[in-house]
Amino acid sequence: MNSYLLETIRTKFPDAVLETHAFRGDETAVIRKEALAGVASFLKAELGFDFLMDLTAADYLPRDPRFELVCHFYSSKHNYRLRLKCPVYSDDATVVSLTPLWAGANWFEREVYDMFGIKFEGHPDLRRILMYDGFEGHPLRKDYPLKKRQPRIPHRE
Amino acid sequence: MGLETAFGHSYLTTRLDEAVNWARKYSFFNYPFVTACCGMEFMSTFASTYDISRFGAEYPRFSPRQADVLFVVGTVNEKLAPVLKRVYDQMCEPKWVVSFGVCATSGGFYDNYATVQGIDKIIPVDIYIPGCPPRPEAVLDGLIKLQQKVSKESVLDRKYR
Ligand code: SF4
Repeated sequence: MNSYLLETIRTKFPDAVLETHAFRGDETAVIRKEALAGVASFLKAELGFDFLMDLTAADYLPRDPRFELVCHFYSSKHNYRLRLKCPVYSDDATVVSLTPLWAGANWFEREVYDMFGIKFEGHPDLRRILMYDGFEGHPLRKDYPLKKRQPRIPHRE
Repeated sequence: MGLETAFGHSYLTTRLDEAVNWARKYSFFNYPFVTACCGMEFMSTFASTYDISRFGAEYPRFSPRQADVLFVVGTVNEKLAPVLKRVYDQMCEPKWVVSFGVCATSGGFYDNYATVQGIDKIIPVDIYIPGCPPRPEAVLDGLIKLQQKVSKESVLDRKYR
């Protein structure tokens, strides 16, 4: 399948792209996390992707690379969408922050940090965003016990 | 000219409990502690179609210090639990708590790291209204059950709580 976007990225970053696929017009490029900053700034500067729609992660526990960072981009100029995925190994769970490129990445990255414990280099204020101070662990990790609650006040009974 | 004129300058006697409870149960001031989707049915119950003011409970107070009934409407998570406790503690006696919907009652289908498995883990509850969300009829039924409960209390019950 010949896609203009995926072809452009593959030609421009031949070493960074691990895999590409498309499902019903939704295009995805899986890239090395080291190349994320370069690819992302190329998307923004050259391909007109002015909007970071979402940034999240997934935990595929027994697998290594354990995590996958998922970014959805949109170009309001061209009405294009593109998804970038980066495999992240658990012993090196650090990714470059996209906040300098899209300010909207700030809270998404804090959420990914809070839920999965992936750190973002260059993030201006990497704190938990949903869970409270004193919460231990990262609840959306597959090895976080399913029903482990950490009450802030003692429960009755 | 109302019925009361038929009594002229006479007086009526009643038990203090009856008189006080009668006044209390028909003039609940609510504090709506609304956190999630159940709030929609709460609004519906308060709007004209179901018209909770027929039962004397239409007056929401947004300060817990002025409220009699705490309506906990929606999911309460561990992060919010201290807030709920503080709101409850700020209410003056006599006070009652209604748990509105299955989330407030038992955590609902959220059995995970975040959700309190029923607000009775945090504060005492008088009436539980089941449903996800409960229909307004169920809410009115819960309110009537609370009125029945109040009418059976003694004014002394609350003194030592
Ligand atoms: S009981 Fe159902 S409607 Fe009510 S807050 Fe929970 S999920 Fe929402």
